[in-house]
Amino acid sequence: MTEHQLPDYRTLPADVAERMDQIRQREYVLEIDHVGKVFAQKRHQTVALEDIEFGVHRREFVCVVGPSGCGKSTLIRILAGLEETTTGRILVDGKPVNGPGPDRGMVFQKYTLFPWLDVCRNVMFGIEMGGTERAEARRQAMQWLQVVGLEQFAASFPHQLSGGMQQRVAIARALAARPRVLLMDESFSALDAQTRLKMQNYLMEIWRKIDITIVFITHDLDEAIYLADRILVLKPRPGRVEEVIEVPLSRPRRAAQMMSDEFLATKAHLEGLIRSFGGNTEETDEGADDFTMPLLTLVTDKAE
Amino acid sequence: MQGLAASWRLYGRTDGVSRGVFGVLAVLLPLLAWSAVSYLPFVWHPQVLITDPGGEDYLESGMRMNRADFSRAVTEMQAKNEPVPQGIAANPVYLPSPGEVLTAFVHAFTSSAPTGAEHSITQAFGHSIQIIFWGFLISSLIGVPLGVMCGALPGLARLVEPSVDFFRYLPAPAFGALAVAILGIYDAPKIAIIVIGTLFQQILVIANTTRKLDFALIEASRTLGAKGLKLLFRVVIPGILPDIYRDQRILLGWAWTYLIVAELIGTSSGITWFITQQARYQHFDNVYAAMAIIGIAGLGTDMVLGLLGRRFFAWKREIDG
Ligand SMILES: Nc1ncnc2c1ncn2[C@@H]1O[C@H](COP(=O)(O)OP(=O)(O)OP(=O)(O)O)[C@@H](O)[C@H]1O
Ligand SMILES: [Mg+2]
Repeated sequence: MTEHQLPDYRTLPADVAERMDQIRQREYVLEIDHVGKVFAQKRHQTVALEDIEFGVHRREFVCVVGPSGCGKSTLIRILAGLEETTTGRILVDGKPVNGPGPDRGMVFQKYTLFPWLDVCRNVMFGIEMGGTERAEARRQAMQWLQVVGLEQFAASFPHQLSGGMQQRVAIARALAARPRVLLMDESFSALDAQTRLKMQNYLMEIWRKIDITIVFITHDLDEAIYLADRILVLKPRPGRVEEVIEVPLSRPRRAAQMMSDEFLATKAHLEGLIRSFGGNTEETDEGADDFTMPLLTLVTDKAE
Repeated sequence: MQGLAASWRLYGRTDGVSRGVFGVLAVLLPLLAWSAVSYLPFVWHPQVLITDPGGEDYLESGMRMNRADFSRAVTEMQAKNEPVPQGIAANPVYLPSPGEVLTAFVHAFTSSAPTGAEHSITQAFGHSIQIIFWGFLISSLIGVPLGVMCGALPGLARLVEPSVDFFRYLPAPAFGALAVAILGIYDAPKIAIIVIGTLFQQILVIANTTRKLDFALIEASRTLGAKGLKLLFRVVIPGILPDIYRDQRILLGWAWTYLIVAELIGTSSGITWFITQQARYQHFDNVYAAMAIIGIAGLGTDMVLGLLGRRFFAWKREIDG
């Protein structure tokens, strides 16, 4: 072994340990109280989530990772109120919630801006739903567009923007409704690598400036480690909490930290965990493990 | 040139020039074919129009007969040494030439012949437009809101759609006698037939369109605090409006097909009455002129509605490409 030994991912540097202590002292904004979810189909039942128990502190950044089909999307849709729980409940600021509401904003993986409204009216939507009158809503919306750096596109329509810009507008739209928690389901996964890194930095910048708690779902381990204070690792079939990892990286984060020993150690551990669930992050249904490539007898590529 | 070639590839991209060329050809080619059949005697002309009956006493000038019968009459007269009948090759009476139809068309707008309730094509057509207008308006005032609500409220859909589906299969003409018995013989039963013919389809079509709205948009708006009427008026309706507009254009076309039925019940009226009258007197130039007016008016409204739709719903066209 000529490679130097990676540190244990569990040993936090002093500044990170201090920060985690601070976070732990804050109250819970979002509590997941013994949540279970069973999808009943005609014949069989799918247990998507089983007894999830987790609390997110105020202004904390939590990422959720896990192999495909472990129930990440189900969990965040339950948090958003778009899906009902089978057992357990969700609490926001200590009060149980029912159904979707403006206290939990969501940014989806798909682009979900309203195509018939221009960018500014899209951002105004949530503000106006809260009962603010139009002129004031417009003023606030322009401020939010400034935060995401798109004020010069206020009069453009969503289809005139690139994917990254649309997601930035979606973030502005969600934040403008003044939610307590921002929920994001693989919101950057449709973007190319450079744009994604830019968006990650944008998101952390915004999060630093305002009082918002973020739950971010991703299948990209780099993204999870780069963004999160804590990472919630789910294991599949049934979806359960496998481990909660405190990320040993100091803030503010920079792309250079992705080469640090702490980062690599955390990533190595996560990769090991995910691999231990049987398979990579690709679809792993029954029988998929012993998938063998059929012989491609039609290929006749003789080198003569 | 490239655009013209691309127009014949599957899903090829056309340019403005070739679209224009095809647009002109679309009108010109059928007209040319019609003119060729009408003005070039060797193309068809299966009959002879008698100009001089000669010695044959069952012939009259202005009469049309098959070529074979005519030549038999000619040889017969030649054998009898009597004056030979004269005639020119002609098409059957049901196929007037473009020139004759054009004359009738122009005549329709310049004169009025006092024959019956509807004196001219324009009057008859005006009456038809009124029937369509009221029928489609009444149908839409009920059908569009009800359709949207059925699409948005699963409970209402379950309650309403089965019976609507039942009525949709009953042919509108079946209601003719009933409508007259209830509503009298004038315009009311005619409007009722248009409503019956359109409404049931309309409810189902609009409900389906409403259901097709991207559900992710509904979910997104819910997480932004939209619900109830706000969700309906701020998200559902703007989201489906372009599609409803398109549905309404198609449904308006259907309303026209029920016009024939509507105008034949009670006292017959409108453009249908005009056409049947003129056909009875074998004024086929008038018949074709009337048809041309219907076609042009229909095509014209649809084109105007299409242009307006593209203006109103620019965002939709950009997305759909
Ligand atoms: N509406 C549904 N009906 C039935 N089963 C469902 C439904 N939604 C999800 N499931 C099942 O629940 C499990 C979790 O699905 P979920 O979409 O939450 O996974 P995920 O972790 O988000 O996966 P991915 O990383 O691929 O997005 C899967 O086994 C899936 O088949
Ligand atoms: Mg998912």
